[in-house]
Amino acid sequence: METTIANPDAIRRAMKTTQRRRTARALLLVGPLAIFLLVIFVIPIASLLTRAIDNPEVIRTLPRTLQALQNWDRHALPPDAAYLALGQDLAHAKNTSAAGELARRLNYEVPGYRSLIFKTMRHMPIQAADGAAAREDLVKLDPRWGDTRYWVAIANNDKSWSPYYLLASLDLQTNSDGHIVSVPPDTSAFRAIFSRTFTISLVVTLVALLLGYPLAYWITRLTKRQANLVLICILIPFWTSILVRIAAWVVLLQREGLINDALLHLGLISQPLPLLFNRLGVYIAMVHILLPFMVLPLYSVMQSVPPSYQRAAISLGSHPFAAFWRVYVPQTYPGVAAGSLLVFIIAVGYYITPALLGGAGDQMISYYVAYFTNQTINWGMASALGLILLAGTLLLYALYRRISGKELALG
Amino acid sequence: MKPRSLLVALAFTAPLAMLGQSAQARDLTVVNFGGANGDAQTVAFIKPFEAESGKKVIPVAYNGEQAKVKAMVQAHNVVWDAVEVETGDLGRGCDEGTYENIDWTKILDKNDMVPGALKYCGVGTFVWSTVLAYNGDALKTAPTSWADFWNVKKFPGKRGLRKGAHYNLEFALMADGVAPQDVYKVLATPEGVDRAFKKLDELKPNIQWWEAGAQPPQMLAAGDVVMSSAYNGRIDAAQREGRKNLKISWPGSVYDFDYWVIPTGSANKEQAIAFVKYAASPKAQAAYSQNIAYGPVSKKAIGMLSPEVLAKVPNSPANAKDALFNNLEFWTDHGEELEQRFTAWAAR
Repeated sequence: METTIANPDAIRRAMKTTQRRRTARALLLVGPLAIFLLVIFVIPIASLLTRAIDNPEVIRTLPRTLQALQNWDRHALPPDAAYLALGQDLAHAKNTSAAGELARRLNYEVPGYRSLIFKTMRHMPIQAADGAAAREDLVKLDPRWGDTRYWVAIANNDKSWSPYYLLASLDLQTNSDGHIVSVPPDTSAFRAIFSRTFTISLVVTLVALLLGYPLAYWITRLTKRQANLVLICILIPFWTSILVRIAAWVVLLQREGLINDALLHLGLISQPLPLLFNRLGVYIAMVHILLPFMVLPLYSVMQSVPPSYQRAAISLGSHPFAAFWRVYVPQTYPGVAAGSLLVFIIAVGYYITPALLGGAGDQMISYYVAYFTNQTINWGMASALGLILLAGTLLLYALYRRISGKELALG
Repeated sequence: MKPRSLLVALAFTAPLAMLGQSAQARDLTVVNFGGANGDAQTVAFIKPFEAESGKKVIPVAYNGEQAKVKAMVQAHNVVWDAVEVETGDLGRGCDEGTYENIDWTKILDKNDMVPGALKYCGVGTFVWSTVLAYNGDALKTAPTSWADFWNVKKFPGKRGLRKGAHYNLEFALMADGVAPQDVYKVLATPEGVDRAFKKLDELKPNIQWWEAGAQPPQMLAAGDVVMSSAYNGRIDAAQREGRKNLKISWPGSVYDFDYWVIPTGSANKEQAIAFVKYAASPKAQAAYSQNIAYGPVSKKAIGMLSPEVLAKVPNSPANAKDALFNNLEFWTDHGEELEQRFTAWAAR
């Protein structure tokens, strides 16, 4: 006691050293994991996400043309110098991979631009002495070079980044005056798909909670032996390949499947119910697949709730249901929150289940991320959709923290 | 190469590298779509080529993801030598330099190749077709056109169509009375696109969308749909498994090629060329069509097939009479725009 009062500084210093040593040891222990996550997880994802605004094609391949278009008003046809510069740029890019990337990028802006670029490039180099001759040559080669739309598409991409993909992911575009406007209604799709994605996830979360809560509660009331058995029954499908489970649902739900056959035999229905290739099929399969993610956190929280509180409430005169609802349920909120958040966030990224069990109007955003990544190889669009999905999910998580006021406690 | 694209490429190729494939002194690696098609290729192309050349060939199956090929080429670590790709990917990959640009007209007998089989960067692997398939037990009369497909009064029941714009717009126009040879002329105009979507509107309540090629035969057999667009090879496979009630109506079918390409920078380029040359030869092509219901890319091979086989392949004289050849250039220019519009249309 006396030393503390006599020499508080020394004590403080000693404590600080111990503290620092402890922190260093902890850092050393998590270091390998942190580096692993950084290299395998954070950096690749971050680098893919930068593709959402990356726009190198035009400035890399058409530098002279962009320079010639610098002071162009975008309403009249561009100056002669731009035609000459375009001829030089395209002659330079001929037979390189840059040409294809340029054509692909410009085709997003104006459909048909791809073939225009390749058609023009095949005739390069042009033998024009000056800009006026180059203009004549190019317009004769293809009248589209006399249309300002094609030049605006080049002039709009004079920076190495572009909001194009992010805007397109939200059904927006930049018009020729540089204003952001909505795309025509017959091509706008992504806003509806984002809201559909979040709606499906929300419904799945709620249904999983409604089914999972009583199930988890029931398991906590069983003997240890019985509880283990039930948990294994929950976990076995969890360990089965997702494709196998989807195929099983197809067998069960199809028009002449087991469920429809049984209902027809029992005389409950006269026509087979449409259970597959619609929203209902997606909900059924997704809830089934995601149920363990709800039950396990709920169960682990419920296990730690002492049953004596509820008994105490009843012995003090509470109705058993009121005791359950007002004493027991609030104590399981961390489990409800963890399970719901887990199910919701996994559901938001679902792809294969809606693809195989849903109709054309039931596809979620990941389907389009995969479509742009693998089918059309439009990685800019894929990254932009992914970025917006990530942002939306983080926003919802922030909202959750604000409402609940605490960190997510898993289990 | 910029570090960023290198990283992206790494992210895509890392799993491949982990499989233990190395870029040095590899055996010739031939990549196809696997399944029944892969089995037929093993019998008709790979085994005889190995016997003839004395070289070992490693067959690899993939799902057509060009992202993998593109990542390999960008990372300068090409471990695939001859790759089977779909038409849409051929044009795109060729323009962007993902595939070696080889003058195949100098290597192959261009008079023997069927029209469309020789492209800048690729050689036809085989001819396949998207056809009108139906369940013969569920329908009293056989449908013979896309107009019948749209006629839900005469042929009640659900229809299966692939989830996407491609083919469906062509089918819709043919159902609306456009002759096969005019389909792409009409579709190139905004009015033509509107017309196709309007025709699809008519059928929308009766459509059941499919995603994977295995689904239409399954949906037809299970009674979920009475008619469906389908890949002819899948219907043939189902027939071989005993589903004799699944039938094909050939008029208005859209045929297309799969193509061999050689990824840019393949160390086995010469061997890959020799393999593709062998696979396109009349002998190999005839052997292939005998094993699976896809058509030969060699005219001589068509002459070598029996009437039973000819009845099943898309480009036999009888089956190709009212068929439409898929227009690659049209879809590379307008694919993004039309698929986007389809997505918006389907969501409504």
